[in-house]
Amino acid sequence: MIEVTRLSKQFNGLTVLDDISLTVEAGEVIAIIGPSGSGKTTFLRCLNLLETPSSGRIRVADIEIDGDRPLAKQATLIRHLRQQVGFVFQNFNLFPHRTALENVIEGPLVVKKAPREKALALGRALLAKVGLAGKEDAYPRRLSGGQQQRVAIARALAMEPQVILFDEPTSALDPELVGEVLATIRGLAQENRTMIIVTHEMNFARDVANRVIFFDKGVIVEQGEAKALFAAPKEERTRQFLGKFLGAQGHAH
Amino acid sequence: MIEESLQLALDSAPFLLKGAYFTVFLSLGGMFFGLLIGFGLALMRLSAIKLLSWTARVYVSFFRGTPLLVQLFMIYYGLPQLGIELDPLPAALIGFSLNMAAYACEILRAAISSIDRGQWEAAASIGMTRGQAMRRAILPQAARTALPPLGNSFISLVKDTALAATIQVPELFRQAQLITARTFEIFTMYLAAALIYWVLASALAHLQNRLEARVNRHDLEP
Repeated sequence: MIEVTRLSKQFNGLTVLDDISLTVEAGEVIAIIGPSGSGKTTFLRCLNLLETPSSGRIRVADIEIDGDRPLAKQATLIRHLRQQVGFVFQNFNLFPHRTALENVIEGPLVVKKAPREKALALGRALLAKVGLAGKEDAYPRRLSGGQQQRVAIARALAMEPQVILFDEPTSALDPELVGEVLATIRGLAQENRTMIIVTHEMNFARDVANRVIFFDKGVIVEQGEAKALFAAPKEERTRQFLGKFLGAQGHAH
Repeated sequence: MIEESLQLALDSAPFLLKGAYFTVFLSLGGMFFGLLIGFGLALMRLSAIKLLSWTARVYVSFFRGTPLLVQLFMIYYGLPQLGIELDPLPAALIGFSLNMAAYACEILRAAISSIDRGQWEAAASIGMTRGQAMRRAILPQAARTALPPLGNSFISLVKDTALAATIQVPELFRQAQLITARTFEIFTMYLAAALIYWVLASALAHLQNRLEARVNRHDLEP
């Protein structure tokens, strides 16, 4: 479904991503974990070209972008790719001047040129699916963070993407709102959707992901079956990171 | 005395209203073309192509940095020397449009850049082109920021159209001047003209408030 080949990104002489290759099968749920500044978010944003790779190739389904060529020359291809790749932002990035329903149908209406009635029906169904039936006409600022993020998920789903990317979807939320968003994502995982989730929620990663990838300093340090990796990380750096994390969570409780 | 003045004002009303017609024409025309050109300039200004943004920058600097009166004189009295002869009304319309464009450019540029980068990214992430993102996501939000300063510029423009009198456009102020030359009722005539400017500007301010309320409606309870 996704094939990343030798992806690198330099920024101001700093190597943010160093020669990363990764294959994702259809239906896989992948969690990317790692310390801040490890390049995990940059990697995710490169997958739908919100970030410009310095070199390497990215293929989603049958659309391939060549990072060694100028992206401006592949603009149409990139737009096609983005229609196949849903993206959920840390800060939701809903359109504040549109209602929840309008946010969801914006893609189908404007990008896919779907008939309005059809888009509205789809939009209502998706809002119901993420537990927001009745909130169709609410503007984003009238919604809680958790509700906004669920609208954002519905907006991504409305394009009927083959893959959904989540960039720390619960990091901007108050603790009591994290659960509802995670539950929504968990529901999508059960539908066998292909998803890549950058997250700090270790328990969630262990329970929901098939595969966990540990990023540090711009490289994939270790990856493996989720429960196995959490139970017995092979690399020292992974152990340290998980130890710190689980230790900190242990202290908190 | 007061009755006479009132009578004179009433008698002159058709002339003043004819002048007011040109005032409104120049104001609306200047705003329309000013916005159009100004939007183009704002896009140039935001462009990554240095030549475009630099050209827009120089344009804005020139038209904001020189008196409107001088610009009008250059167009109406100056251009004929270069073989371009314009009638007073088109000359004034061009002058006001070019001048308004400089202010509109800066207002629109600031409003567009004030929109969070995440909005561009959200639009891109569902596959929109830059044009679609601009039209559907950015401009409706930028309009909120841009409307108050644009409204102020428009009201200034209405008053600045009086400068067209100096290049022979028979607008409101010029008509008042002509009548005073005949009747010597100087105070009455200029007061009458001032009142008409006031009414026009107030009507605009009212329109501006209604528009602002409209673009801000998503802040209100649905």
